[in-house]
Amino acid sequence: MIRFAWLQFRMQAAVAAGALAIVAVVLALTGPNLVHLYDTTVASCAVHHDCPTATTDFTDTDGPLQVFLDFLLLTVPLLIGMFWGAPLISREFETGTFRLAWTQGVTRTRWLAVKLGLGAVASAAIAGLLSLMVSWWSSQLDYVSANPFDSLRFGIRDVVPIGYAAFAFALGLSAGLLFRRMLPAMLVALVGFVAAREAVTAWVRPHLFTPLQQSLPITTATPVSIDQTSPGVIKAFENTRGISLPGAWVYSVQIVDQAGHTPTTSFLSGACHLGNYGPLNPRDCTARLAATFHQLVTYQPGGRYWPMQWYELAIFLSGSIVLAGFCFWWIRRPVI
Amino acid sequence: MTVVIQTNGLGKRYGRQWALRDCTLGIPEGKVVGLVGPNGAGKTTLLNLAVGLLAPTCGAITVLGGPPSDGPAQLEKVGFVAQDTPAYAGLSVGKHLLMGSYLNANWNQELAKDRIDQLGLDPRQKAGSLSGGQRAQLALTMAIAKQPALLLLDEPVASLDPLARREFLQGLMEIVAEHAVSVVLSSHLIADLERVCDYLVLLVASHVQLAGEVTALLATHQRLSGPRRDPRSLPSSHEIIEESHTGKQSTFLVRTDQPILDPAWTVKPVTLDELVLAYMGRARNPSPGRRSGLGVAP
Amino acid sequence: MIEFQLDTTSGVATYLQLVQQVRQALQLGILEPGDQLPTAQQVVAKLAINPNTVLKAYRDLEREGLVRPRPGQGTFVVRTLPRSDPAAQGRFLASMTAWLQEARAAGLGPDDIEAIYRTAVRNSFAEGAA
Repeated sequence: MIRFAWLQFRMQAAVAAGALAIVAVVLALTGPNLVHLYDTTVASCAVHHDCPTATTDFTDTDGPLQVFLDFLLLTVPLLIGMFWGAPLISREFETGTFRLAWTQGVTRTRWLAVKLGLGAVASAAIAGLLSLMVSWWSSQLDYVSANPFDSLRFGIRDVVPIGYAAFAFALGLSAGLLFRRMLPAMLVALVGFVAAREAVTAWVRPHLFTPLQQSLPITTATPVSIDQTSPGVIKAFENTRGISLPGAWVYSVQIVDQAGHTPTTSFLSGACHLGNYGPLNPRDCTARLAATFHQLVTYQPGGRYWPMQWYELAIFLSGSIVLAGFCFWWIRRPVI
Repeated sequence: MTVVIQTNGLGKRYGRQWALRDCTLGIPEGKVVGLVGPNGAGKTTLLNLAVGLLAPTCGAITVLGGPPSDGPAQLEKVGFVAQDTPAYAGLSVGKHLLMGSYLNANWNQELAKDRIDQLGLDPRQKAGSLSGGQRAQLALTMAIAKQPALLLLDEPVASLDPLARREFLQGLMEIVAEHAVSVVLSSHLIADLERVCDYLVLLVASHVQLAGEVTALLATHQRLSGPRRDPRSLPSSHEIIEESHTGKQSTFLVRTDQPILDPAWTVKPVTLDELVLAYMGRARNPSPGRRSGLGVAP
Repeated sequence: MIEFQLDTTSGVATYLQLVQQVRQALQLGILEPGDQLPTAQQVVAKLAINPNTVLKAYRDLEREGLVRPRPGQGTFVVRTLPRSDPAAQGRFLASMTAWLQEARAAGLGPDDIEAIYRTAVRNSFAEGAA
């Protein structure tokens, strides 16, 4: 059965391997250049006092290629789900070849097991290799931009794409088995995978670990903004981008006092006289704030990057296993 | 005598429609069985039940002594060619044979190769570009080369031109002559029945109308024609299958074990085609005036 | 080697046609003792008929003592059929011609004569087989 599954899969595997090889070549050609560039410009930028320019120039290098690679890693699991997973069984139903395949000397269960196993392993391998290559190539770029937890970036680096690919494959396969038509299965794979990925990104990932909290003093450099949010209400805000915790995932930052209270409207209107564009005297305002208040940062430390990667991988692999279980159960029903 | 397919009150329903109902059959081994009936009568349903692609709604079916498709051993013993002879369009003829050898323990690659050569099929040609007749021959080759004890063929010649049909039947009969294999061949065409089949099962409107050895069926049915008569005046040992009357003449197709002794009758033997047509007609239009019963041979 | 033909329109059972053709061949000298009959496989490959039909025909011929199977080799002719005596044929031709003249004089046309002939043949040979 394994030989037969390979016989049918050979062409697709060859195409994928070919594409992967092309990407590998491109990365091999451009990668060393990036390293060199980093070593010569950014690594020594402090000495030359041109860090901002050096950094920007560096991160702009091979811009189109960066975008392409991001796009590739974003879409590869989806393509696997739609074009490897969805057609696998649905085509057998559409063309009637299941009547040929399921009357040979192997049981349906074994047939499914081998096809599922081969496809899942191949999907994981493709995604894993691609992710490996791109993560290697981007390592300095990622280091410089220092936001590994960026919701887009997190899903296109390291081990998480492996889980995505396996899950998308299993989802496409299940949909194909259930609906017996390729187009609906592809649609379900598309919508289902995107929805699952977004759902985990938005609702599960932030809660995988309880975030830490840290107090930071307000300094003159802190980009606090004071504004009137509604008639008679003044609030103090800060953008998380003002926080410098390298490698961390900052959830939020609040301006609070020792007791945890935010500045009241009366305090703010007293401490900071507002004009049309904010406080009339920002320095004074910030200084008065700093006396009583501090920044309370809620964040995930950078060290939690890898545990979160493994967790998310595990989540999607478990999802794949559940889907596989469903397929094994469903295929035993000889109702066609 | 061993029975290759045994069904007991077998029925299959889709929603509210019964595709097959009250099917009780005991198909003996070593025969070429013609499974005949109009389109939609239940032939494909019965065959799909026999290979385990469908599950019964009620009743039971055993194939070669076990439940259909119950494990690799059982799957190996039954060769199946589905309607429209499905094949993988992207795989070549040779790769299909390779598939067979990978998936069947009892595969006879030499037999398969010889047949393909004999048929003039190019092993490198993709199955998608084969003609209907060639695909049917490929499907038959695959079913044969696994050396099954039972061959089930679902309307294999329905979409073939007469030459391809003849070639297919020639090949099939050659295989039957060479190997000890039981064959069940379904068709909605009733020509060529008598030359190929020695056992007949007639399905009309999801029910079995007639089942038995062809020689027995032909021996027990006669066509009687004579002067105009009331059907009720016939002896009770004559079961009327079909009757027609003109002003002066009556013709009956009867089923009986007794010899026809009444000299008023002209007795003519019945061909299998006529027999099948008569039963099909009866199933479509059962009339109250007739003494009817299920036309199932013992 | 004899080559069988099949007439699907004649209404005669397939195996009977095979038997008849063998007998005719024996009578005409096309088949002689020692000749091999085609194997069931060869027959069905050409005619697309059930091999059991061929076996049945050969069994009938064996029962009549005309052929005998040799295990592993095939079925062989062992006896020939007497060719009908030309003189006898002449006699019957004469009596039949006389009969035909009578029948035509009585007003029977070719179809009536054909019907009578077929009925008589059937009855006569059926009695013989019974």
